[in-house]
Amino acid sequence: MSQTIDISVTVNHTTYERSVEPRMLLSDFLRHELCLTGTHVGCEHGVCGACTVIFDGQPCRSCLIFAVQADGHEILTIEGLAPIDNLHPLQQSFIEAHGLQCGFCTPGFILTMVPFLERNPHPTEEEIRQAISGNICRCTGYQNIVDAVMLAAEKMSAAQRV
Amino acid sequence: MATKFVGKRVQRNEDPRLLTGQALFVDDVDLAGMLHVAFLRSDYAHARLKSIDISAAQKRPGVVAVYTAEIMGDDCQPGPPLVSPPPTAKNVLFNSRRQVPLVIDKVRHAGETIAAVVAESRYIAEDAVEDIIVDLEPLAAVSDLEKALSPTSARVHEDLDSNLAAHMVQEKGDYASARANADVVIKRRITIDRGAAAAMENRGIVADWDAKNHHLTVWDTTQAPIPIRNGLASRLGLSEHQVRVIAPFLGGGFGPKMMMFYPEEMLIPWISMKLAKPIKWIEDRRENFYATTQERVQIHDVEMALTRDGRILGISDNFLHDTGAFDPYGLTIPLNTQSHAMGAYDVPNFHSELKVVFTNKVISTPIRGAGRPQGIYVVERMLDIAAKELGLDPVEIRKRNFIPPDKFPYEQEIIDQAFSQLIFDSGNYLPVMEKAAKLIGYDQFVREEQPRLRAEGRHAGIGVVSFVETTGVGPYEGARITVQANGKIGVATGVGTQGQGHYTSFAQVVADQLGVDVRDVQLVSGDTAEFHWGTGTFASRGAVVAGNAIHESAKAVRAKILKLASETLGAPEEELELEDGQVRVADIPHQSISLGELASLANPLRGAVEPGSEPGLEATAYFGPKYGATAFGVHAMILEVDVETMMVNIKKYVVVEDCGTILNPMILEGQIHGGVAMGIGNAFYEKLVYDDNAQLLNASLADYLIPSATEVPRIVVGHEETPSPLNSLGTKGAGEAGTIPVPALFAQALENALPEYKLEIVETPLSPNRVFELIQKKEKT
Repeated sequence: MSQTIDISVTVNHTTYERSVEPRMLLSDFLRHELCLTGTHVGCEHGVCGACTVIFDGQPCRSCLIFAVQADGHEILTIEGLAPIDNLHPLQQSFIEAHGLQCGFCTPGFILTMVPFLERNPHPTEEEIRQAISGNICRCTGYQNIVDAVMLAAEKMSAAQRV
Repeated sequence: MATKFVGKRVQRNEDPRLLTGQALFVDDVDLAGMLHVAFLRSDYAHARLKSIDISAAQKRPGVVAVYTAEIMGDDCQPGPPLVSPPPTAKNVLFNSRRQVPLVIDKVRHAGETIAAVVAESRYIAEDAVEDIIVDLEPLAAVSDLEKALSPTSARVHEDLDSNLAAHMVQEKGDYASARANADVVIKRRITIDRGAAAAMENRGIVADWDAKNHHLTVWDTTQAPIPIRNGLASRLGLSEHQVRVIAPFLGGGFGPKMMMFYPEEMLIPWISMKLAKPIKWIEDRRENFYATTQERVQIHDVEMALTRDGRILGISDNFLHDTGAFDPYGLTIPLNTQSHAMGAYDVPNFHSELKVVFTNKVISTPIRGAGRPQGIYVVERMLDIAAKELGLDPVEIRKRNFIPPDKFPYEQEIIDQAFSQLIFDSGNYLPVMEKAAKLIGYDQFVREEQPRLRAEGRHAGIGVVSFVETTGVGPYEGARITVQANGKIGVATGVGTQGQGHYTSFAQVVADQLGVDVRDVQLVSGDTAEFHWGTGTFASRGAVVAGNAIHESAKAVRAKILKLASETLGAPEEELELEDGQVRVADIPHQSISLGELASLANPLRGAVEPGSEPGLEATAYFGPKYGATAFGVHAMILEVDVETMMVNIKKYVVVEDCGTILNPMILEGQIHGGVAMGIGNAFYEKLVYDDNAQLLNASLADYLIPSATEVPRIVVGHEETPSPLNSLGTKGAGEAGTIPVPALFAQALENALPEYKLEIVETPLSPNRVFELIQKKEKT
């Protein structure tokens, strides 16, 4: 497996040129080649949703695609969403609604819900529960995650009104 | 003392880092020259190891080393016994058999480690695992818990006469005469199957042996870094100060990340010392199903003797407990089961014989609940069956049997998991039950709602169960608190954190004592270089044992602050107040000094620190409870069953919890929500399915079903507070409370929802399919 392929991937608005084995998972590429370890790997078979990143604007499980498939595409990881001193309203809402405990699954939830809220700025609880049903959280029982998303929707629409 | 922070919904200090990808987890550790390990694991559950050929693996480019038990030689020793019965324990048979780093001659469960490959990348290491040729001669597998004890069964450990790992009988009063005098005796067999903890983060270890400094640093996803450090030092021939174990942020624990000395936990540091290189191993999800500990399998033969009016006269509970292939964790789980098999009730007579059994399955160690859910399932189910037989309401029969408040401390007359006398320290159960019944709308549902729904052909049912949770056991924890020159407060404690909010709830305790903001309290936990006395985060003990150690330490620092400030400001101590990071003379606010300035004064560059005094504003304190604090709670729910699919829809879920003084209700409620979610999995979705060859058939998250947001309902939480008299904060643990009673609750509510089928549920976990099968069975008979 010494064959490598040159790729050019834009992650968090920076373009990286790398030469990778075709079998390298995107999740491993982000974590171990680019040292963006905020993307967490929970199952590596596409069920838990922890490794979700935003791929050309859509949530995507980075454990289910190869790095070479990201050639020429744009990726946003949790590190690129917002700086720690100026959080995205959804991140801020996770704090206020206690939407995280161990925090391992959290980046995946956030990056699943950011595009969701863009498509559906006024979701119902049922819609939110459906939208996060592909992400597993073992700590929170989901209730406070749902509340955090609803709180974020309020914050974001209030901000738009201003 | 009035509290500004304790008891308040303070937002968490740790969240911003976790929300931005800046918190360090073990898999994030990246060291120069680091090598990666993959394991060859057994496909068979029980097999003789005939030979291994590693030559092809060794030749693969990028492979640095391959290890087998033969190559390890004398270093391949079984892990230490962790919590075996003490020699003073009477009438206890215990055969200690512990896991080895690599299989020496016989495989005892599928997934056991046979060889370790070290390579430049994980990809290459996994390729090389495939190069290894291993010759395993399959043996008959010990899979069924009862058959395991038959004289003709294959033996997991051939040096023993049978698969019996432990045997013990506990008695209270005289069950036989209670039975003879009873109006009713109910007898049932109750079975409980296996589940996984399935933390979202799998296990992982990075070890870095610094040959020049003779120092080993280990990052480990452990709930107990200090015992791991002590054990590693002893097993690797090092002094404790040569080993630093760090448990950074952990992606959930739930029990299996406790002090295990998993094979990998021993091997990775050992390999790092052999190769003088940083070594990393990160478990994948499939390995997590085959190598991380599991729990809950028990078979109970239970009797409950009662009077005609529903008073329990006695309980007899003889049960088998499946420990899997080894029993490093002693009797913790089955003793917890015994400790909870009388529930929250005043049971005068009790007889319980436990038998722990070896099988060719993954080792059993505590998972959130740790034997308690089984005990509670048994007693709550038996009460439900008794209530039906006696024509009593399930809530009423519970109320009649609660331990009354004037009987505390209540001596159970048996020993607990720590081999100490089991005593319930305090409690007031009736108000909790009444609050729960009110919140769920019990009377209204039973009288009006349910008849209306039934008339519409709908199957809605209600359940109400109670539980106790023994928490906060010893031996002790400690903490060191330091006022720093920048005015911030450093807190170091030994317990690690897996999401419980320690950075915040412990900070609240300190902030109240020292008059600072919660944000100015900086906690370091789970790093043996910072604090190296303690045991770990288990048994719902963080807020009780570590919380009170931190409280004591903060009080000692407060006393030092007041003494020095009194000298500096020339005012008596009793006139001083600590607020906003300042010490002020009450009524003369401008006469004040900041904590940072005081800390500098306490650590002078000139002059003398007088004999008998210490530099700095720092104190270390410990707390060890006489015995555990016992929490109580009631869960109630209304569910509706779709009788076509047997899917359930939980319409309402209520938890009322009494865990003593609440440090942070927001964090407590979060713990309860998550616990209930895991309990719902245990009750209706999550089951590890093993076949007769002890092969696990559903080792993926696609096949092992963890509840998602569409299965877990909104949970209404109510509180009562009966402070524990055993510690100054008055706290009791709550970490496992959410999980413990859920299977019992499901069973009651399902029976209540399906009256026409006259179901009697005496097993868990269930599933839609299983409920359908039970109904079919019922219809056939």
